[in-house]
Amino acid sequence: MKVTVIVTLKPTVLDPQGNAIQRNLETAGISGVTDVRQGKYFEVEVSDAVGASERRVLIERLARDVLTNPVIESYRIEWE
Amino acid sequence: MKFGVVVFPGVNCDRDCRDAVTAVTGQPVEFIWHQETSVEGFDALVLPGGFSYGDYLRPGAIARFSPVMAAIGAFARRGGLVIGICNGFQMLTEAGLLPGALLKNAGTKYVCRYLHLRAESSETPFTCAMEKGRLLHMPIGHGDGNYQADRETLGRLEDADRIAFRYVDGDGRATAEANPNGSVSNIAGIVNEGRNVMGMMPHPDRSFDRILGSEDGRLVFQSMIGALSRV
Repeated sequence: MKVTVIVTLKPTVLDPQGNAIQRNLETAGISGVTDVRQGKYFEVEVSDAVGASERRVLIERLARDVLTNPVIESYRIEWE
Repeated sequence: MKFGVVVFPGVNCDRDCRDAVTAVTGQPVEFIWHQETSVEGFDALVLPGGFSYGDYLRPGAIARFSPVMAAIGAFARRGGLVIGICNGFQMLTEAGLLPGALLKNAGTKYVCRYLHLRAESSETPFTCAMEKGRLLHMPIGHGDGNYQADRETLGRLEDADRIAFRYVDGDGRATAEANPNGSVSNIAGIVNEGRNVMGMMPHPDRSFDRILGSEDGRLVFQSMIGALSRV
């Protein structure tokens, strides 16, 4: 089964990469964009042998303890 | 006194750290492979700089799960001296042994140059050979050295005298211009609550001999050996 985890910087954390993208959009002929925040997107494949409740626990752990640094980031899980 | 330099795949300052500790302290140094599950017999540990696991995910994020990290955590909780330099600092924050996080440099660029630091406390085992306010000339080389922590954490660091180093200009002023990476309050290094774990982005391991451009880094290792011999 495929699960998607999206990790974003907390709103209070400065995002130099997103800022660099936003600042240079005019040169790409794109105007009117006032903010860009860059995040991370993970496609995770879980073995079908793992039961539904176990899968939930495992993905939560993966997202919370590995893919995210809770000091600066938050995550969202999309179950398909 | 036996020093251990912990080697993770992708770090590249392990030999610099060994050479620095050897040259400054004259004590035995051994490498500890990241698959080890014990750090028995060591008096102090060095987590060197580099790009552990290619810095994928976040710098230090994958190294944190190496088997040796559990042993290092236990060693630190027993009061053992642990210094993390550059990538080592990032590992210590990821592992929760130091508060806060190291983000991408505010200027987005990798910065590799000599700069000035100010010792903010002489009350740590890593800075006890320096007087407070002492200026040090040391190099940095990092893309993710932008130290950030929430206001409450910063207050705690400040109140408990846990900020070890700040980036300053040649006159010792912690200005915005002297800040190479956007770190909050120009922070370059901090210690944990027990004061036995320190993380710093600048490299004392690259500034222990005049031929390298500075020997101010010696003071960090001299402090450690001084603190260890007083125990």
